[in-house]
Amino acid sequence: MVVNEADTERAAWERGSTVRVVEPVRPRKLAKVPFVELAEGRLQGVVSSGSDPARVYVASIAARTHGFGCSTNNNRPCGGLGARPCKHLRALADEAVLQYGVDRVARYLHAEVGAEGDLLAGLAGGREAAPAAAVFSRFLRHLAYLELPDQRAPIPELHWFPAPEAVR
Amino acid sequence: MLGVQLTELRAAEPAGAAAALDLAAGLDDALGDGLARLGAERLAALTDLAGAFAATPLGPALAEAVEKIAAGSVTDEHLATLAGARTALFGAVHDAGLAALDTALGRARAEWAGPATAEPAAAGPLAGCRSWLRELAIAGWRGVGRDLVSAVDQTVEALLADPAHRRLAVLVDGLAAELRAASPVAALESLPARRWADLWSRALLLAQGGGPPADAEPVSGRLLILGADAHEHGTAVQVQVHAVLEPAGGAPPRLVRTAVGAGKVDTITGPAVWRLLQHHPKLLTALAERRALEITELPLLPGGDLLWDEERATAAEPVDPFATARVLLPRAVAAPVPPLDRHPVLIAEPVLIEGYRSDGTTLELDGATLEIDPRRLPACGPLTPQLVRSSTACVGLLRREGDRWLLQPLALQATVKRKPVEAHSGDWALGVTDPKIAKAEARAGDPVTVLRERAGRLLRK
Ligand SMILES: [Zn+2]
Repeated sequence: MVVNEADTERAAWERGSTVRVVEPVRPRKLAKVPFVELAEGRLQGVVSSGSDPARVYVASIAARTHGFGCSTNNNRPCGGLGARPCKHLRALADEAVLQYGVDRVARYLHAEVGAEGDLLAGLAGGREAAPAAAVFSRFLRHLAYLELPDQRAPIPELHWFPAPEAVR
Repeated sequence: MLGVQLTELRAAEPAGAAAALDLAAGLDDALGDGLARLGAERLAALTDLAGAFAATPLGPALAEAVEKIAAGSVTDEHLATLAGARTALFGAVHDAGLAALDTALGRARAEWAGPATAEPAAAGPLAGCRSWLRELAIAGWRGVGRDLVSAVDQTVEALLADPAHRRLAVLVDGLAAELRAASPVAALESLPARRWADLWSRALLLAQGGGPPADAEPVSGRLLILGADAHEHGTAVQVQVHAVLEPAGGAPPRLVRTAVGAGKVDTITGPAVWRLLQHHPKLLTALAERRALEITELPLLPGGDLLWDEERATAAEPVDPFATARVLLPRAVAAPVPPLDRHPVLIAEPVLIEGYRSDGTTLELDGATLEIDPRRLPACGPLTPQLVRSSTACVGLLRREGDRWLLQPLALQATVKRKPVEAHSGDWALGVTDPKIAKAEARAGDPVTVLRERAGRLLRK
């Protein structure tokens, strides 16, 4: 019997209980850009202000249209934002590439990436209004996971989620 | 575990397991297309499933559920019946596998004496959860897009807010994250059908509610650690410690587990997850320093899970887990499996295997072979395929995936550059001990501290 390797792989994927569906994100420094996600049709995230620890910037780039926006969490427009992306958007793009890898980010945004791997250079969109409040509230929801009380009883269901192996 | 035991185990492939899994696959494929648009082939598979259960107590309800679903009526009750049938199939496969394993190992296992079923509960976030699971079943995985996934966000928040629903919350959050990452699912070439159906049916059964957990028995004695098994998805981490309890008073040793866990975010992963478990310093110290623990009146659930409580434990003298596995494991009595936990994925039985040769992906012992579970050498510990390759002794967990047995190493004795080396999955519980990896971690900074600072400043404004 000839066993087709692709068929075997497909069967393992369809009939496996513990196959990995979500690629784990790669560790990165979080100080400057504590939150990055590919969600709701956007690359979006939160960039800490360099000068005021209580202020953050909410930056986002839409998939397909590549429209971008940046404002503070109090909804004031970012002073550095013009026809081209500001330094917060640049930081967001750089950290997204570290977290997900350039291919996954480019695929999500439907963007072409040049030979130098510069994601922003391949985007054709312009400045547009961004849902800063919604993104900021997703960031707060994200942080709230760290405030959950410790788990008291075993969760057998987590056996379906083996801790990711090292990329060494 | 000896080579002959391994050979015996591999020869004892339970009859009927493949047929049971094929029946379940019929339902899994139906969930892929969605119960609202069942084609003739899918419908025939569901009818086969009902036929297989005809002679069981579930038979009439299942036949009715399939008939009504075929006619376009998908109620919570029908879905719970489908999920119950699927769970029973995997339960039977689990039982056959575990029985074969117990026989091969000569392992004694206590009888289940806990409650069989829990009381159903109606209101609150459980109803919201059931309704989301119904939407998923109707739409099918291929009909899942961003909006359907986001619809569960508020339910997850409500479930997380109540510690009694933590188990369901963590499960649903994990499933939703996978669906979100895969959306629009219709674009996927093929589906992780069994996995998603596993998660869906467990969520549906947990969302039926239930009373408080089974009565715990307070136990005291010496806890001798075998190793730590780490679980993780984007927003949850759990470390489950496998150990032998030597009860005070001289009763036979018992095989037990204890799990600690915390909420997290996706950017905290690898060795950093230990930092989230710092509220359990005695347990982490016992792991990192390979020490025993003295426990006093710690609650033990009927399924063999100790509810960890730092107040009732003290770290004791160093004990080599290999010695525990050699001396106590063969005599230790295993706990029975709670009804809902009868699923092959939940088989994780501690074993000691020595004197083998390995190429890093399988090991060979007296002509018998055993695969290493490639998914369970986590980044939060020092065990790697390279170390497996140079190892000759392993304390590990025997696991089951499909029709295969796999070994998850928890501790390895190896020879590296002609020197004996020993590594345990919990070695980094108090910090990374490998200088190269510690340096890389230090360079990346501490994500837990950074995010806690951000949370402290922004969440409580
Ligand atoms: Zn900006």
